Amino acid sequence: MPLKTFKGGVHPKDKKELSEGAQIVRLEAKGELTYLMNQHIGAPAKPIVNVGDRVLLGQTIAEAGGFVSASVSASVSGVVKSIGPKVTRSGDEAIAITVENDNEYEAVEGFGEPRDYDKMSKEDIRAAIKAAGIVGMGGAGFPTAVKCTVKDDSKIEYVICNGAECEPYITCDYRLMLERPEDAVLGMKIVLKLFENASGVFGIENNKPLGIESLRKATEGSERMSVLPLKKKYPQGGERMLISAVTGRKINSKMLPADAGCVVLNYSTLIAIAEAVTKNIPLVRRVVTVTGEAIKTPSNFDVPIGISSKELIEAAGGFTEDPEKLIFGGPMMGAAVYSDDLPITKDSSCILALSKDETAGLEPSECIRCGKCLYACPEHLMPIRLKNSADAGDYKDFEAAHGLECIGCGCCTYVCPAKRRLSQTITMAKRYVLAEKKKGAAK
Amino acid sequence: MSKLNVSISPHIRSKETTTSIMLDVIIALLPSVAVGIYVFGLRALMVTALSVISCVASEFLYEKLLKKPITIKDLSAVVTGLILAVNLYSTAPWWLPILGGAFAIIVVKMLYGGIGQNFMNPALAARCFLLLSFSRIMTDYPALDGVSSPTPLVLAKQGTVVPISDLLLGTHSGTIGETSAIAILIGAAYLCIKGVIKPREPLSVILSTGVFVTLFSLIQGNPITLNYLAVQMLGGGMLLGAVFMASDYATTPVTPWGQVVFGCCVGFITALIRCVGNGVEGVSYAIIISNLLTPIIEKITAPRPFGLRKERAKND
Repeated sequence: MPLKTFKGGVHPKDKKELSEGAQIVRLEAKGELTYLMNQHIGAPAKPIVNVGDRVLLGQTIAEAGGFVSASVSASVSGVVKSIGPKVTRSGDEAIAITVENDNEYEAVEGFGEPRDYDKMSKEDIRAAIKAAGIVGMGGAGFPTAVKCTVKDDSKIEYVICNGAECEPYITCDYRLMLERPEDAVLGMKIVLKLFENASGVFGIENNKPLGIESLRKATEGSERMSVLPLKKKYPQGGERMLISAVTGRKINSKMLPADAGCVVLNYSTLIAIAEAVTKNIPLVRRVVTVTGEAIKTPSNFDVPIGISSKELIEAAGGFTEDPEKLIFGGPMMGAAVYSDDLPITKDSSCILALSKDETAGLEPSECIRCGKCLYACPEHLMPIRLKNSADAGDYKDFEAAHGLECIGCGCCTYVCPAKRRLSQTITMAKRYVLAEKKKGAAK
Repeated sequence: MSKLNVSISPHIRSKETTTSIMLDVIIALLPSVAVGIYVFGLRALMVTALSVISCVASEFLYEKLLKKPITIKDLSAVVTGLILAVNLYSTAPWWLPILGGAFAIIVVKMLYGGIGQNFMNPALAARCFLLLSFSRIMTDYPALDGVSSPTPLVLAKQGTVVPISDLLLGTHSGTIGETSAIAILIGAAYLCIKGVIKPREPLSVILSTGVFVTLFSLIQGNPITLNYLAVQMLGGGMLLGAVFMASDYATTPVTPWGQVVFGCCVGFITALIRCVGNGVEGVSYAIIISNLLTPIIEKITAPRPFGLRKERAKND
């Protein structure tokens, strides 16, 4: 049987060999920790502590700022040093709480206390996920409690674990597949309890045969769970592409996964769910890959959230040479940052240091109409037409050509032989159209 | 720590460039040019060289005079020159490829905005321009081994059986690059493997020509033999046109189904010219006429976005 996948996409070199053999190493923070209030999609969290307060490990220091939002917990014990605006990795400002680590790791009451999820009601499980401040840890940062709350639980047929990890370089989920498969399976069991008619599918790209094997062993004997190898292709881990590969159902920008009977959760997120529900541990740590040609010893670290990226880079032996580009996330969709001293957030899967920025010297030339962007687009759009309408300021045509369906995966820009910045222009146009719509709705 | 570059993702790019694609097309054309030089002698080499030089020089001078950035490095002018050359007879006087190359680049390509902007295939438009302006010279097919021999399509029209081996190897009269089917197919295979063209583009042209030639012959009550059909599908400019010109980026649809529709248009018009009209060749005209239909074909064959169903009735 051919491997499941989707139509379109690209095949960048995966470069995972740099860090895939590195066992996860636990790292504690030496310096202070910075907790951003916008580590997720939705309303920012609201601080509920004051400067000078002593906070404990696992203590909620900011509460969810709305329905689509997530709380933030302290990942160490220590004193709150400041609460105020900080420049984030995107260059925007956000409120941040900084905590001076006292290295005592004194935890709040109940932290780490075992709970039997079998005896918990659906409401209890959802409340535990919400209280833990869990968000999608693959990169999008969508609040997990919201994802797990659907109109009708019985209509969910698939809980899909996104183990594609289709971005080049990143190996944090892969290492967790090898080292902690049983925790992810436990997380899946808990989520399956919420959706009684669903079966759990672990979708993993076939460039991770050991990961597939590890999960197969861990799910052995379970009737409701299976492992589905997927073809290695970017963006296989895109939510819509993954749902289509697993179920054959296709959703568009106006639909939610639940409309296709699916709930999709990242692999690390499942482990966070297991910890939150069975051990009462909120999302205070995550695994981050530190890799790239400019990193001395590419590594996978288990770190407290809020730790500075600088400490991770030092722990990985520092730079072999000054990197030209530093990226939070993968090379296809990650954010290039201006400093090596930025806090790790719940959705930071990777710190990538490139010794050469291969996009720097590229001057776009005229489109030769080769059509490669069309064939690469996983959304089956015509990037060439979308860019032309966006460049001309013809946003009506941009919408008519379904520009709002773009998922921003960057495949069109990746393949373009004329090195045109297709996805960049399309993303900007999409933001503009959406902002205009919001304005229109507000009037 | 030194300054860090900040830009919007993606941060990696494929190695392919416009120049590397053009280079692939040049490589794919080389077998046909080589056979042409082998069969027709050094004169074929001269015609080819003049055509390429004329195209590159025209682009350079045009851009220099108008103070535009010089783009000859992208090799697209070399491709145009080669395609024009393989469409000419080796008997062409020296000024013919020079005039043709200048027309292709200046009138058809640069005046419409340069690479990717022209709506007609420059080499083919130049060939048709030469064909109409100097029809006697342009149809002066070369003699082989001192014996004047008509091209296979002419022979087939007269009802003569043409040995298929001649068509495959190229040991018959014709333009510089069109004679050997094998040489062209080697180029086609290279382009398909490299992903420069899709097999559906040449295949739809060749197969639809076969279908429409059969159809028209049946309607007209003309006898149809396998040999006749093979000559129609392999002989003359058919293969060359199907592989290198009906797959041209700028002037053919970018949509997958659009390429098939375009190929069928070319096949239909070719058959029309050959069977209903009085023409012998017709592929060149068929392609540049179909070029004009490209925008509309592209519009009606736009792919349906992922997850969007057919537009339902508005009151749904």
